[in-house]
Amino acid sequence: MNAVNHYDAIVIGAGPAGLTAGIYLSRARLKTLIIDEGVVGGQMVLTHEIANYPGVKSISGYQLSSIMKEQAKSFGCDIKTNVSVSSLDLNGEEKELVLKDGSAWSANAVILSPGGRSRTLGVKGEDTFKGRGISYCATCDGDFFTGKEIIVVGGGNSALEEAVSLTKYASKVTIIHQFDTFQAFEHAVEEVKSNDKIHFIMESAITAFYGYEKLESVDIKNLASGATMNFKTDGAFIFIGYVPNTEFLKGTIDLNQWGEIIVRSDMSTNIEGVYAAGDSTAKRFRQVTTAVGDGTIAALAAAQFLNEIKIKQKQFLTA
Amino acid sequence: MSAADLNKAISENENVMVICGRMGPMCIPVYGIAEELEEEYRHVKFYDMEFDNPESYIIRNLPEVRGFMGIPFTIYYRSGKVVKATSSIQTKDQVKAILDKEFTSVVNAE
Repeated sequence: MNAVNHYDAIVIGAGPAGLTAGIYLSRARLKTLIIDEGVVGGQMVLTHEIANYPGVKSISGYQLSSIMKEQAKSFGCDIKTNVSVSSLDLNGEEKELVLKDGSAWSANAVILSPGGRSRTLGVKGEDTFKGRGISYCATCDGDFFTGKEIIVVGGGNSALEEAVSLTKYASKVTIIHQFDTFQAFEHAVEEVKSNDKIHFIMESAITAFYGYEKLESVDIKNLASGATMNFKTDGAFIFIGYVPNTEFLKGTIDLNQWGEIIVRSDMSTNIEGVYAAGDSTAKRFRQVTTAVGDGTIAALAAAQFLNEIKIKQKQFLTA
Repeated sequence: MSAADLNKAISENENVMVICGRMGPMCIPVYGIAEELEEEYRHVKFYDMEFDNPESYIIRNLPEVRGFMGIPFTIYYRSGKVVKATSSIQTKDQVKAILDKEFTSVVNAE
């Protein structure tokens, strides 16, 4: 094996959980590599303003990511971005990992923090009209729909909050939700219900997107009656929750029914030397602050594990 | 960059990729990808332009972006002509596929 590619710890995922783990591990003088299939920051960069990160009054997700990255690097942490894992073997003392670029890496401890991504509907036309009427970011693309009629899909806090913010641009916003009640907080529900521009189609789901150069209409299926109607719209904003990025871990580590990584209170998993942190783990609340907390715990537990290995190796050598 | 800068860039360079966006969630990943690809794709010039700057009319008015309603607008020029345009966030693999298809690497005569 190539010695250059060996680390004490490899962290998979460079969101707040992974970056925090990188900061703690490198500061503990453990040789650490963070890899990410996208850019540094994970879903944090998707947030325009973070106003509830203690110690910082207001900051953009991008800025906070950049600071965390610089912090990790200043302690000697290596970071590789835009490269995904093609295979990994987490069993045994030496964890091995091959990346899509063909490079091979090994470590004694691995922290899994791959995070999550916006759920997509997975229906006909969704890929075709992404950026041509379908959007997943109201603050990015809202102004393209000034004076137009749009739909918002979803019934959680994000969907309802974004529906309200989109009324700044759109002349009419129709919320389409699969259940007969909303999952969002009561105050968010009251806000959409009192907004004249917002209309509702409940117990319904989008089954197809249509258009020529851009989105022109959708098929909406009433889930109670089974009837489908075609509905004219200029835009569709989709906020239907998140899915964990754990497909590459299936069959290697214990996941729950939703694909979330099962962890103990010290963030350890069912495999020795493998820890997990952040949005991809099975837990109730997903915030930057909770990811940072998870990353800290995972790194401290991994550091202790690595130190125990080193002590054992020393005892073995001097015995 | 301004509209004049862009015209100059596409007249002086064979292969040009321009990302026109804002410093927002859908754009930052694309800027990050371009930054990383700069090293690997020496035969391509990478530029960015502010979407909210009036100068961006040069991109917003392109026939190729008709129907685009997601930032960033990413435009690929070969010999001064638009060969491809994409709307909204892209992955590194998607960007690489376009660069590999549209821009052939020229053997450096040096």
